[in-house]
Amino acid sequence: MAIVRLVSFVVLLAAFVGASLAFAQTPAPAPPAPAAAAPAPAPPPPSKPDPAGTATGGIADVTAKTAGKPTLDEVADFAGHNRVAINMMWTLIAGFLVMFMQAGFALAETGFTRNKNVAHTMMMNFMVYAIGMTGYWIMGYALHMGGLGAISTMGGTNILDSEFTITLFGKEFGLFGTKGFFLAGPTYDVAIFALFLFQMVFMDTAATIPTGSMAERWKFSSFVVYGFFISMISYPLFANWVWGGGWLSQLGKNFGLGHGHVDFAGSSVVHMVGGVTALAGAMVLGARIGKYNKDGSPNPIPGHNLPMAFLGCFILAFGWFGFNPGSTLAGGDLRIAVIAVNTMLAGAAGAIFAMFYMWIFYGKPDPSMAINGMLAGLVAITAPCAFVSSFWAFVIGAIAGVLVCASVFFVERTMRVDDPVGAISVHGTCGAWGVLSLGLFADGTYGDGFNGVEGTVRGLLYGGGSQFVAQIVGTVTCFVFIFVASYAFFKAYDLAFGMRVSPEAEIEGLDVPEMGGHGYPEIQGPGTLVHGLGHAGAGKPQPVMAGVMAAERGR
Amino acid sequence: MKKIEAIIKPFKLDDVKEALTGAGVIGMTVSEVRGFGRQKGHTEMYRGGEYTVDFLPKIKVEVVVPDERVAKVVELLTAAAKTGSIGDGKVFVASLDDVVRIRTGEHGETAI
Repeated sequence: MAIVRLVSFVVLLAAFVGASLAFAQTPAPAPPAPAAAAPAPAPPPPSKPDPAGTATGGIADVTAKTAGKPTLDEVADFAGHNRVAINMMWTLIAGFLVMFMQAGFALAETGFTRNKNVAHTMMMNFMVYAIGMTGYWIMGYALHMGGLGAISTMGGTNILDSEFTITLFGKEFGLFGTKGFFLAGPTYDVAIFALFLFQMVFMDTAATIPTGSMAERWKFSSFVVYGFFISMISYPLFANWVWGGGWLSQLGKNFGLGHGHVDFAGSSVVHMVGGVTALAGAMVLGARIGKYNKDGSPNPIPGHNLPMAFLGCFILAFGWFGFNPGSTLAGGDLRIAVIAVNTMLAGAAGAIFAMFYMWIFYGKPDPSMAINGMLAGLVAITAPCAFVSSFWAFVIGAIAGVLVCASVFFVERTMRVDDPVGAISVHGTCGAWGVLSLGLFADGTYGDGFNGVEGTVRGLLYGGGSQFVAQIVGTVTCFVFIFVASYAFFKAYDLAFGMRVSPEAEIEGLDVPEMGGHGYPEIQGPGTLVHGLGHAGAGKPQPVMAGVMAAERGR
Repeated sequence: MKKIEAIIKPFKLDDVKEALTGAGVIGMTVSEVRGFGRQKGHTEMYRGGEYTVDFLPKIKVEVVVPDERVAKVVELLTAAAKTGSIGDGKVFVASLDDVVRIRTGEHGETAI
C-alpha cells in the first residue's frame, strides 16, 4: 500500500512541476508603463490619512490618459463602466445569497423528516446543487436565456439573440432559446456569465423544492435523473416563456394584456414550477408507509429536528434578500429598497397569520406551520415585490399565511397526497397566489416599459384589468405545462425503472440501504451498540458494525 | 440485601440522586426507559394532527442497599420523586441473592 501511495505521489508531483514549467514558458504580457505614456506628471497621492472617508476617491481615480485631467469622453466612459460594475456586482452578490438558500432548503427539509432518513434527504438537497448546475450549464441556460436579447443593465451586448419561435394568430410565440450551450463560443462574456450565475441559483431553488414533498421514499438514482430533467428541460422552457423573451412575456405586446405575464422574481417561474413538480412527483410516488390509515385518515409523522427547520427557514428568509432585490439585476435601481422591505414584511405577515390560524383552530401556535407560513409569505411576495406598496405586501403575506395552512390540510386530507414538508402548499399554492396578487395590487409606481410595454405595471385595483388576465394566463400555463410534463416524466420513469424504494428500506430508513450508512450513527446506528466503536481502528469495517449493517440490509 | 428499582419522571432525577446520596447510598445505576402505566401515554400535536405517544420517557434508578436501610431509602426516594400528579412512577423492591465486586472478588454486603 505504502509503495503505491509513494509512487502515485511522485507521479502527481511530476505532473504538477511539468505543468508549472509549461505555464512559465508562455511569455508573460509586457507590463504597461503608464509613467512613460503620460505626458504630464500625476498629482501626488494624498499624504494624510482620511479617517472620515470624505477625501478618498476623486478625479485622480478616474482612468484617464492624462492622469488627474480626464476628458469628458473619459469621464462618461468611466461612469458607464461604473454603472455596469455596480449592477453586475449587485447581481453577483445577490446570486451568492440565493445560492445560500440551498442550505436553508437542506436544513428545513431534513428537520421536517425523520432521523432514519437524514443522510438521504441531505444528500438530495446537496447533490441537486451540483447536478442542477451541470444540467443548466449544458443546456438549460441556452433554452432559458438564449433568446433574451441584450441584458440592458449589464452593458447591453446583444449576444443572446436566438429564440425559436412559431407563428400563431399572426403573432410570434417564443418557445425556447438556442444559444449559450456550455457557455461556449460567443457567450464567453462577462455579462452572460453573471446572468448565468444568477439564473442558475434560481433554477436550483426550483429544483430542490420537490425533494421535500418526495422525501423519505424516493429512490436516489431516480432523483439523480430528475435533477437533469428539471434543470435541462422543464424549468428552462417555462422560464423562457416568462423571463427569456418567450410568449408569456409577450402577451402584452402581442395581445394587449397588460405587460404580459409579469413575475418579478419567480413566484411562478421558480416556486410554482417547484411546487407543481413536487405535487406531480408526490402523486406518482404515493404516500409514505404509515401516513394514512385504512379509512383514509392521515397520521402525523413528526419531523426529527425542529431547531434545524427553524434555522433553515431563517437562512431562506436571509437568502430572499438576494432573491427579490437582486432580480432588478441592477444595483443602481434604487427600487431595491422597496423590494427588500416588501419582502421582509410579507414573510413576517405569513408567519404571524399561520401562527394565529393554527392557534385559533388547532389550539397551539404550531412551530412547523409558522415556518411554512413565513416561507409562504416570502413565496407570495416574490412576484409582486417590486410593484406593490408595503400595505399590500403585508396583506399578500398575511393571505399566504392562512392559505398555506388551508392548503396543507387540503393536500393532506382531501387530496390525500403525502407532502412531508408542505412544499406543494408553500411553493405551489402560494406561488400561484403571488402572481395573481400582482395582477390585483400592482399600484403603477414602477415598471415603466416592462416587457416592452409603455407605462407602469398596474393591477386590477389600480385600473389594470388586463394585467390580471395576463397573470391568470401565466398561472394556468404554469400549472398545466409543469404538471403534465413532470407527471409524464415521473410516471414514465416509474414504469420503466421504479421511483420508490422497497417497503423494507422505507421502514428501516433510507440512510443505510440508499446511502450505505446512517446519518446519525451514534443515535440509531452501530455506534449505539458498542460505545466508542470508532476508536477501534480505521480501515476495514469492524465485525460488529458490518454485522449490524448486513442484518439491516437483509431484514 | 434488597434491590430497589424506581421508575421516575426524568426531571426528578437530580432530586432523587441527592436524596439517596444524602441517605448514604454510595452507588446507583440509571437508564433512560420508556413505558406506560394507568396513564396510558399522552397525545401531542404536529401540523394540526394529534398523535399518541404510548411509551413515555422515564428514568429507571437502580440501587442495592442492606436490609436494615431499605425502608428509609424507599421513603426518601418516594418523597423526592413525588409531584402528586399522574405519571410519578413506581418503586419496586426485590430480594437479592448476592453481589460481587469484580475487581476484588468480594461477595455480599461488603461488595455493595
